[in-house]
Amino acid sequence: MNFDMPNFLPAMPEMFVLGMTSLILIIDLFLNERTRVVSYLLAQATLVGAFILSLSLYSGNAELSFSDTFVLDPMAGVLKMAVYATVFMVFLYSHSYLRERGLFRGEFFVLALFGVLGMMVLISAHSFLTIYLGLELMSLALYAMVAMQRDSRTASEAAMKYFILGAMASAMLLYGMSMLYGVTGTLELTELSRAVQQTQGDRLLLVFGLVFLLVGVAFKLGAVPFHMWVPDVYHGAPTAVTLFISTAPKLAGFAMLMRLMVDGLPGLQPQWHDILVLLAVLSIGVGNVVAIAQTNIKRMLAYSGISHAGFLLLGVLSGTPEGYAAGMFYAIVYTIMGLGGFGMVILMSRAGFEAEQLEDYKGLNQRSPWFALMMLFIMFSMAGVPPFIGFWAKLAVLQAVVSANLMWLAAVAVIFSVIGAFFYLRVIKLMYFDQAREQGSLKPGADLAVVLSANAIGILALGAFPGALMALCLQAMGA
Amino acid sequence: MFADLPLLSLVIWTPIIGGLLVMLTGSGRSGLEAKVLALLVSLLTFVLSIPLYTGFDTATYQMQFTEFVPWIEAFSINYSLGVDGISMPLILLTTFMTVLVVIAGWEVIKNRPAQYMAAFLIMEGLMIGVFAALDAMLFYVFWEAMLIPMFIVIGIWGGDRRVYATLKFFLYTFLGSVFMLIALLWLYFHTDSFAILDFHAVSIPATAQIWIFLAFLIAFAVKVPMWPVHTWLPDAHVQAPTGGSVILAAIMLKLGAYGFLRFSLPIVPDASHTLDWLMIGLSLIAVVYIGFVALVQQDMKKLIAYSSISHMGFVTLGFFIAWRIAEANEGSFTGATMGIEGGVVQMIAHGFVSGAMFLCVGVMYDRLHSREINDYGGVVHRMPKFAGFMVLFAMANAGLPGTAGFVGEFMVILSAFKANFWIAFVAATTLILGAAYTLWMVKRVIYGEVRNKKVAALQDINGREFLFLAILAVMVLGVGLWPAPLLEVMDATVQHLVAHIGVSKLPATAL
Repeated sequence: MNFDMPNFLPAMPEMFVLGMTSLILIIDLFLNERTRVVSYLLAQATLVGAFILSLSLYSGNAELSFSDTFVLDPMAGVLKMAVYATVFMVFLYSHSYLRERGLFRGEFFVLALFGVLGMMVLISAHSFLTIYLGLELMSLALYAMVAMQRDSRTASEAAMKYFILGAMASAMLLYGMSMLYGVTGTLELTELSRAVQQTQGDRLLLVFGLVFLLVGVAFKLGAVPFHMWVPDVYHGAPTAVTLFISTAPKLAGFAMLMRLMVDGLPGLQPQWHDILVLLAVLSIGVGNVVAIAQTNIKRMLAYSGISHAGFLLLGVLSGTPEGYAAGMFYAIVYTIMGLGGFGMVILMSRAGFEAEQLEDYKGLNQRSPWFALMMLFIMFSMAGVPPFIGFWAKLAVLQAVVSANLMWLAAVAVIFSVIGAFFYLRVIKLMYFDQAREQGSLKPGADLAVVLSANAIGILALGAFPGALMALCLQAMGA
Repeated sequence: MFADLPLLSLVIWTPIIGGLLVMLTGSGRSGLEAKVLALLVSLLTFVLSIPLYTGFDTATYQMQFTEFVPWIEAFSINYSLGVDGISMPLILLTTFMTVLVVIAGWEVIKNRPAQYMAAFLIMEGLMIGVFAALDAMLFYVFWEAMLIPMFIVIGIWGGDRRVYATLKFFLYTFLGSVFMLIALLWLYFHTDSFAILDFHAVSIPATAQIWIFLAFLIAFAVKVPMWPVHTWLPDAHVQAPTGGSVILAAIMLKLGAYGFLRFSLPIVPDASHTLDWLMIGLSLIAVVYIGFVALVQQDMKKLIAYSSISHMGFVTLGFFIAWRIAEANEGSFTGATMGIEGGVVQMIAHGFVSGAMFLCVGVMYDRLHSREINDYGGVVHRMPKFAGFMVLFAMANAGLPGTAGFVGEFMVILSAFKANFWIAFVAATTLILGAAYTLWMVKRVIYGEVRNKKVAALQDINGREFLFLAILAVMVLGVGLWPAPLLEVMDATVQHLVAHIGVSKLPATAL
């Protein structure tokens, strides 16, 4: 038995993040409250470094490594860079929030970076083994982060719920993987797809395996009917953690879907197409309708996220590279909007006050016209109204759906997005048309103010010039 | 000398950027800087739009002042602008009315005037963008984006039930437009282009035409609005501040009608032909039924809102009567030109007249804070100058010859006679109904004894109010007495449109 040295180069960013995270873990032991900012800065530096590494490794080709269990292709490159950028923003947003609540501890950054590492592995996975490895690394970090606020009952409850349901979803996923392994005898995705193509006769077991895989993926994306954890966890977790959970893992979830369905099981496209149609319609419907009934903005944004997951699936189910690119575009755009939405909750809150209720946004235009305008950008973008970036994301997936000649599906999607527009408009109504409950202008920290403004103006600017991001997604999908 | 300037872009972006500046400057309580800046921006935009008229070549139907810049190459979406004889007058109407709205809101808006002015300026730019866009996606972006400032305007500065009204307005129009979006995407896949002129050229099977027509119909019918999707309009109008009502009536309603001309008729002529009974029927219902509804209104703004729906029924009737005329005249479409031109003239005329009517109500509302007809009576004794204007505009609204209201209605009724006596007969009842509801209102509000102490304390209009009413009076009489320049501008375009819709667009193999 001979042992070939694997090509480590494609995994350089992963190794860098792992090394740095371990380093922060150790350094943090020697820091006190006053110097803890070092951990924060090192964590940001890690993300910047990883971004530079991924950027320098970016090329138009796919490169396999570690006995074909790891792949670095353009999709992986773009998604990883999006993850770094997202988490970078998350840290910027969370900094003062965590300080005010006594959560500014090294664990937050270390866990978040381990989560990032899990996402990176998941995005680059090319075998069931690496997919599972990445998924668990990411999920365990997230569970722990939700539970970080030890003396909060809602947070503990949310963490417990998240952990149990997440473990169940992982079990489903493993079960599906084992079925497919049983039929095809391989864990590696390229071989799997070949084996599936060649399978003659009864495909029942394959389809069963597929269904279980999709349960796992749908759970991670928060698609209906596997969405029950989303509102509770988003609500219960500290807002900084919610911000993290609701954004970057969606990119990884999208990658997981692509790896499993498009790389692994193109032979079952007719089957997964139907399942995705069902998941998408349910998610868009339930997400948009139930969001109307929410009075807590974190829960409202959670349901909004569920409907966005449905839209993302619309892009993928068309089964064309253009559709995949549309899904990827949607995932990235959703991340940007989600950052803005939860970022606004962070900005509005202060020590001892969480700004979680929709009521808390009443009369924001009187207290701070600028941030009301920024929130208006974010809300209209989520509703899919031009000229904001959210519109182009919806347009891209609708275009994929129309090109697949599923006109009814496009009609259903737009009808529900009109229904969904109502609850985004309600936020604007509260901010602009109602009287403020409390007086005094809003005075957020300078860093938060700058980050949120940049985020919201970015939503507008990308809406005016979405071409580059769209072209990047198309290029990454080889369309 | 204007040939090198990207005029259309200037006219679109000057008010938008100006509006953003106004918003940023206007932290002061009185907002005087913001108001002055807004007035300057709106005047500048108006001046910039004048060369569109003076430099317009009336001999051609081709798009003029065109601009073309690739925008989103991944989807072949372009920043493509241009105007023809139909859109150019509408752009001028927009820039003109915005100036008046800024003046009209000058002293009246006390609550955050800077945001008010900014919203109208931004809306102006977006509306001009709709009229000037030659790329379907660009059109859609402007079309939808326009809802945002209007939503804010009604919601902040509106009446008691403003939140209900503005949500209804937004959701109705949003629902309408998303179906248009799907139709546009379908067309994109059959032309590989988002250029509206490419959509005009492509041949489309009959069933698909029907679907596309219906998708467009939902979008445009809500905007026009046609019966039975008109119910948002009275709410929005009544609750909107005066300026909002003026822009809604004068410009926004025209967008729907413009959509029919730019999209429905030329892209799916066969479906338009097949379903013209539906359109004619809905138009006649709007004209007659809504006319009766207007008759019983107690609220002046509501009355004018319903009268707007009724008048817009004429516009759509004029557009869709074309095939009936051709059938009645052995396939000759020549008579159809007058119907469509009548519709367009009616659009412009209604812009002035309804805008003027809403401003008149606004003038009274600013003094008495009531829109109820019963709270007034004998206003002429206290406000003689105002009463003169109001009576003039009311006459125009009723379609008195010599005013703007007459020309379009008369042209549409005349062309309807060429198609079918009964259609024309039903449409002509509006002359009676319109006179009835408008003049009855004038009688109760303006004439008679001074009704109560509040009316007795009324002050006549000041210089500012005299200014905008006088300008509108000139326009109303101008279009009424001498519509020739307007007709001349649009003639070549409408001739071409009529020739275009006379040719079937069904693919040859499907026949």
